[in-house]
Amino acid sequence: MRSILPILAVVSAIVLLWYGAAVSMNSKWAQDQAKRADVELSFSELVADTWSQERPRLPAPHQVVSELWKSTGEMALKGRAFSKRSLIFHGWITLSATMLGFVIGTGAGILLAVGIVHYRVMDMSVMPWAIASQTIPILAIAPMIIVVLNSIGVQGLVPKAIISAYLSFFPVVVGMVKGLRSPSMDQLDLLRTYSAGVNATFWKLRLPSSMPYLFTSLKIGMAASLVGAIVGELPTGAIRGLGARMLTGSYYGQTIQIWSALFAAAILAAVLVGIIGLIERSTLKRMGMSQ
Amino acid sequence: MSWVIFAIVFWAMGYWANYKLANGAHSQSRLVKLAVPVIFGVTIIAVWEGLVRGLNVPHVILPPPSSIAERFASSLDILWVDFVQTFVKGALSGYLIGCGSAFIIAVLIDRSPFLQRGLLPVGNFIAALPIVGTAPILVMWFGFDWQSKAAVVVAMVFFPMLVNTVQGLAATDKMQRDLMATYSASYWQSLFKLRLPAAMPAVFNGLKIATTLALIGAIVAEFFGSPIKGMGFRISTEVGKLGLDMVWAEISVAALAGSAFYGVVAIIEKGVTFWHPSQRG
Repeated sequence: MRSILPILAVVSAIVLLWYGAAVSMNSKWAQDQAKRADVELSFSELVADTWSQERPRLPAPHQVVSELWKSTGEMALKGRAFSKRSLIFHGWITLSATMLGFVIGTGAGILLAVGIVHYRVMDMSVMPWAIASQTIPILAIAPMIIVVLNSIGVQGLVPKAIISAYLSFFPVVVGMVKGLRSPSMDQLDLLRTYSAGVNATFWKLRLPSSMPYLFTSLKIGMAASLVGAIVGELPTGAIRGLGARMLTGSYYGQTIQIWSALFAAAILAAVLVGIIGLIERSTLKRMGMSQ
Repeated sequence: MSWVIFAIVFWAMGYWANYKLANGAHSQSRLVKLAVPVIFGVTIIAVWEGLVRGLNVPHVILPPPSSIAERFASSLDILWVDFVQTFVKGALSGYLIGCGSAFIIAVLIDRSPFLQRGLLPVGNFIAALPIVGTAPILVMWFGFDWQSKAAVVVAMVFFPMLVNTVQGLAATDKMQRDLMATYSASYWQSLFKLRLPAAMPAVFNGLKIATTLALIGAIVAEFFGSPIKGMGFRISTEVGKLGLDMVWAEISVAALAGSAFYGVVAIIEKGVTFWHPSQRG
């Protein structure tokens, strides 16, 4: 808890910097407008103007927050939480693709990790490729997957989920292999003296001791899934989802809309990773593994 | 049909060879450790080729590897231009600026425990956010050319690098710092002789994570607008024209560039952190 004060200090420094940057980046437009209207702006007028433009180069924090509130809370209060102008709707579209992809990707990743730990052939042939794939910008395949699946008639949720799935797949494989191998030789030997089979060793030793690694890779996988879903919404001219909000915002110069979509994505990521963190804490506590 | 049979036979042979090698007497030798994944890769490519030809998969869905290779060889000049635009101008310059500034700032904030306690959680938090989303904003600010791509890369690599460097600088233990104090070493002496060298494994961890992020950032930023060259630009336009062999050629360039970039950083790491247990094995 003693780090709350420093964190607050850092966050408020960032907000201050942001307000300052908003003044300097938007002042040119404000000056031009003033010149056209033949008025001289005093400094306080200039600052007020740069913080309240309609299409600023950099919107001030309160503009982003009020736009966020307008497109989420206010719409929900009016009972229109799922109208097309609401970020809850767009967030839900992105979230559903993220979750589907996350479940597929981590599920397949865990299965492959189990296979790799138990079969030498799989270990030696697949593992180097799984590690190498971490250095490859696989996100580049995203537009191709969308278009190819579109051409064979698959649209909407599934292509985005596939992108999310393969982005979360490899980190989970690598993390889980490490986790399932984490029992020490002593522990494995002990189970052998109990004449425990492969099955019993897996359920009673390997799987429980891989839990910390599992949660770490789940967090990475979740963040990667969200990025995948957002990028998956970019190339098709999609009209729904947080990525689409950013894209249409950048087409029409609606900077406040881009920033609010970006913040919605950030909040979504933070909440999702936070939920996994909570599950992690309570699980590890009940298993007696937390420090 | 014969192509399908070829694919199945090749798969069986590859599997058999790998099974023999992996469970054979020499399974721990370096040669076998290298051969098994190579055989696996070759088998995948052969099965891909066989199935695409045998089942008459349309080229607009999945081109066979042979036509990708052909396309790769015949359009080397375009690929080179795209590579220079995206990798050298966008990713590499952004990588150097982002990692360099993060490193310097980490050294600066290391003097203040207050800032450290504040910046580490915030930096960790930001490193988990979907930063690629800033691409449309940065493209709007810095124009379509490589400067905006470099800016996206800077935004993406900055925080992972910062967090890793700050953690690395904290890696020395009290005994070592006390020893430096008994030598009456100044702040700068103990920084250069003890804490920076000790931080290197973590710093290189950050540098390695940043290589992949840099390429991703540069490529994705090009989806939001680009001059008529660049890997991301080529991928998104060729996908629109259904020229999938070109897309795959471009993806192989990205894969090669990514692994080579990572490999170079890993080699430098090996030279710098030769003393670390993970390098001695």
